Amino acid sequence: MNIYGIAILALSYLMGQWMGEFLGSLMGINANVGGVGFAMILLMFLKEWLIKNGLMSLGIEAGIDFWNKLYIPVVIAMAASLNVKSAISSGTLAIAAGILPVLVSFLLFPEILKRFKAKGDGNSI
Amino acid sequence: MEIAFDLIERNGLVFAFLVIGLIVLVSEIISKKLLKAKIPGSAIAIFVGLILGYWGGFVTDGEKGLADIPLFKGIGFLGGAMFRDFAIVATALGASLYLIKRSGILGFISLLTGIALFFVFGVLVALAWGFRDAASLCTIGAGACTYIVGPVTGAAVGASSDVIALSIGTGLVKTIAVTIFTPIAAKKIGLNSPESAMAYGGLMGTSSGVAAGLAATDPKLIPYGAVTATFYTGLGCLLCPSIFYIFLKMIFE
Repeated sequence: MNIYGIAILALSYLMGQWMGEFLGSLMGINANVGGVGFAMILLMFLKEWLIKNGLMSLGIEAGIDFWNKLYIPVVIAMAASLNVKSAISSGTLAIAAGILPVLVSFLLFPEILKRFKAKGDGNSI
Repeated sequence: MEIAFDLIERNGLVFAFLVIGLIVLVSEIISKKLLKAKIPGSAIAIFVGLILGYWGGFVTDGEKGLADIPLFKGIGFLGGAMFRDFAIVATALGASLYLIKRSGILGFISLLTGIALFFVFGVLVALAWGFRDAASLCTIGAGACTYIVGPVTGAAVGASSDVIALSIGTGLVKTIAVTIFTPIAAKKIGLNSPESAMAYGGLMGTSSGVAAGLAATDPKLIPYGAVTATFYTGLGCLLCPSIFYIFLKMIFE
């Protein structure tokens, strides 16, 4: 039954978002801290639990996978509803402050990966 | 015609499925026939989305791109936070818990590095443009993190409303820059494994940009990038108006 999959996804989503809101209020900030991340980890645990207990079915997987596959279309819709005009017309400062750090990150990224890998080999994390 | 418009307005979400389907179809054809599959269809489709978003803002002077045109309202709903986050969570279906646990520390380090780096460079650019007060510098630096951290920080430190608007603009430019540059740079910077995607999500942070960028690079990497990126805005909202602001105050006041 596909709806079981969608319901499991919905459960993970709501629980995760709730944890994110809760963590945010614990930190005293008006923001969701990692809600989506918690939801993803919950979903992965639920999936493992279902498989271990022999409850996972093709229908459940298909229900979740449908939303997984809808991801790129949703992102296209998101891109089309961004305030692109205001971003471009908010002036040279916004454009410089928006792009420059991204370029610096591209330069630093291989360095972070390399350093971490060198350290990780020694400690076997 | 009137009846058709009315029908579409009442069925916005369904019409959005049709419109996005057509955008994907046209983008796939452009990718395969004109560009010999050198740029993936999804990257072109996202870029087309951005252009349509610009056009929508140009026509209506609104804030939600194409979605401000009544006919395309459903696109805003489909591309809104609820569906975006729901679909991101669903991508975890294909992710490995083991890999995420193993790279957790790398993800955390890149999160802190990313927030500090974007903040510092945002502040440096604001300095170069003549800002000298701690509240404005802090708000623009926070805007360089994401378009949510900017206004949250600005409200907390009492920045003026035009500086807050500027910080939102900065965050939007970042999202768009990450979306466009990720697939271009991916190969050169070694963004090709779950581990590197986790580090990338933490470093870049903007959930929308990282997710859209990875979608156009390699869809298998999306969950790994998203799982760290989702902590970025929250941590940014925690660090920018507190530690970072105090630090700026010590220097400039």
